[in-house]
Amino acid sequence: MANNDTIKKTIIVTLLLCFACSVVVSSAAVLLRPMQIANQELDFKRNILAAANMLDGRDIETVFAERIVTRVIRLETGSYADDEVPDGFQNRAASRDPSLSTNLNNREDIAGINRREDYSLVYLVEDSDGNLEKIILPVRGYGLWSTMWGFIALEADANTIMGIGFYEHGETPGLGGEIDNPRWQANWEGKKIYDEDGSVAFTVLKGSVDSGSPQAQYQVDGLSGATLTARGVHNMMQFWMGDKGFRPFLMNLQDGEA
Amino acid sequence: MKTKELLITPLLRNNPITLQILGICSALAVTSQLSVTLVMCIALTVVAALSCFFVSIVRNHIPGNIRIIVQMTIIASLVILVDQVLKAVAYDISRQLSVFVGLIITNCIVMGRCEAFAMKNPPLPSLLDGIGNGLGYSIILIGVAVVRELLGSGSLLGYNILPVASEGGWYVPNGLLLLPPSAFFIIGLMIWGIRVWDKSQVEEADFEMQPNTKAAQEA
Repeated sequence: MANNDTIKKTIIVTLLLCFACSVVVSSAAVLLRPMQIANQELDFKRNILAAANMLDGRDIETVFAERIVTRVIRLETGSYADDEVPDGFQNRAASRDPSLSTNLNNREDIAGINRREDYSLVYLVEDSDGNLEKIILPVRGYGLWSTMWGFIALEADANTIMGIGFYEHGETPGLGGEIDNPRWQANWEGKKIYDEDGSVAFTVLKGSVDSGSPQAQYQVDGLSGATLTARGVHNMMQFWMGDKGFRPFLMNLQDGEA
Repeated sequence: MKTKELLITPLLRNNPITLQILGICSALAVTSQLSVTLVMCIALTVVAALSCFFVSIVRNHIPGNIRIIVQMTIIASLVILVDQVLKAVAYDISRQLSVFVGLIITNCIVMGRCEAFAMKNPPLPSLLDGIGNGLGYSIILIGVAVVRELLGSGSLLGYNILPVASEGGWYVPNGLLLLPPSAFFIIGLMIWGIRVWDKSQVEEADFEMQPNTKAAQEA
C-alpha cells in the first residue's frame, strides 16, 4: 500500500473529497429547493386560515385563492398602499430592511421586536357581496425564549377577536408552548380589543378571568406555569393593536374608510 | 464478527447511550414527543450507517493526519443531505427538530463509530455497525420518549392515552417530564436496569470511600 501521509496525497484526497461532497450537497439543495419553498408557503397560508377558523378540510391553496384578499397597508396612516412596496413584499424581510422599517426606541418597543416594518400585509376575507367579513393581521412579540410569530383574526367591526394562532415560537413545550393549545385559543373568540374610548383594553391576565366582571369581555386567561410567555403575548397585543401597530388601520376600517 | 452480532450487540450489550455514554445531548432535547423522536432516530441511523459505509470505502486512502477532518466532511455532507430532504418532505417535523438535525454532525456516536470501527473494517460490516449503533441509539431514545410523552402530556404520537385533567380527565401531567433534565433521570434508570441484567457492564469503582473514623476514635 502506498504511503498515505505524503503532502501530495493529502492534498489530492482533500480536494477530491471536498469536490465530491460539495457536488452532493449543492445538488441536493438545488433539486429540493422548490419543494421546500412550496412547503413554507403552504404552512404560512395554513396558519392564516387557521387563525380565522377557515380550515375546513379542503385544499389550502384553493381556499386561500378563493377567499383571501392580500393587501398592503402603510402602518403609520393605516391606509392601503399596494403600489408603494416592491413586488414580493414580506413583513419578515421588510422588518430587517432599513429602507422599509423603523427602529423602535425602548419606550415604544413593548413587544421586544427592535424594528418595525413601515408597511404590512393584511389578509381580508370578503363575503359574496364584497363586504368585509374577516381581517387577519400578522403579529409578533418576544415571549420567554424567542420571538413568537402569529396571526390574529378580527371580525368586520375591527374590534372583536375571531381567533389567534402562532406559526413559529420557541416557548417551553407543555408550559409556554400551550399558546398552541386550541382550548386556550378558544378563550380569545369574541373578546374585544378596544373599549368605548378606543384605547386598547385587551389584557392577558395572570390567572383566570372573572366572568362576572365588566372587564371580562377584554380579558383572556393567562397560562399557568408560563407567566412570562403570557406577558409576552399581552405585550404583543398591546403593541400591534396600539398606535405603532394596526390601530390606525383598524380605526379607519371602523370609520368605514381605509 | 458475524453480521448478526454487528447488528444486535449495540442494542443492549454495547449500547452507544447506556454503555458508551455517547449522544446524550440529543437524547435530552428531542425526546419530549415521540413523533419527533422517531424522525430523529431514522435520521441518525441513516447518517451513521452511510457515513460509516463511505468512510470505510475510502479508509485505505485517508492520510492519518487529516482523518478526523475527512470523517467530519463526509458526516457533515450527509447531515445536510438529510436536513434538506426532511425540509422538503416532512416540513412540520423538520421545524420541530430545528437545530438538532444539524447537530447530528457533532453526535459522538456517528463520529465514534467511524473512527473506532469503519477506519479498520471493510464497507459492509461498517454499514451494519452503523445501522446497529443507530438502532441502539433509537431503542433508548424511543423508550425515553414513550415515558416522557405518556406521563408528561398523557398522549403518544399525539393521540390521547391518559385523559388529561385540564381537558376533563383524571390524569394530571407531570410537567417535569417535558423538560430536558427528566431525560437524564430516565436514562439513568435505564442504565441501572441494564446493568442489573448484564453485570459485566458494571464498572469498577475508581476509589472506595473510607469508613467514618471519627466515630471509631470516640468509642
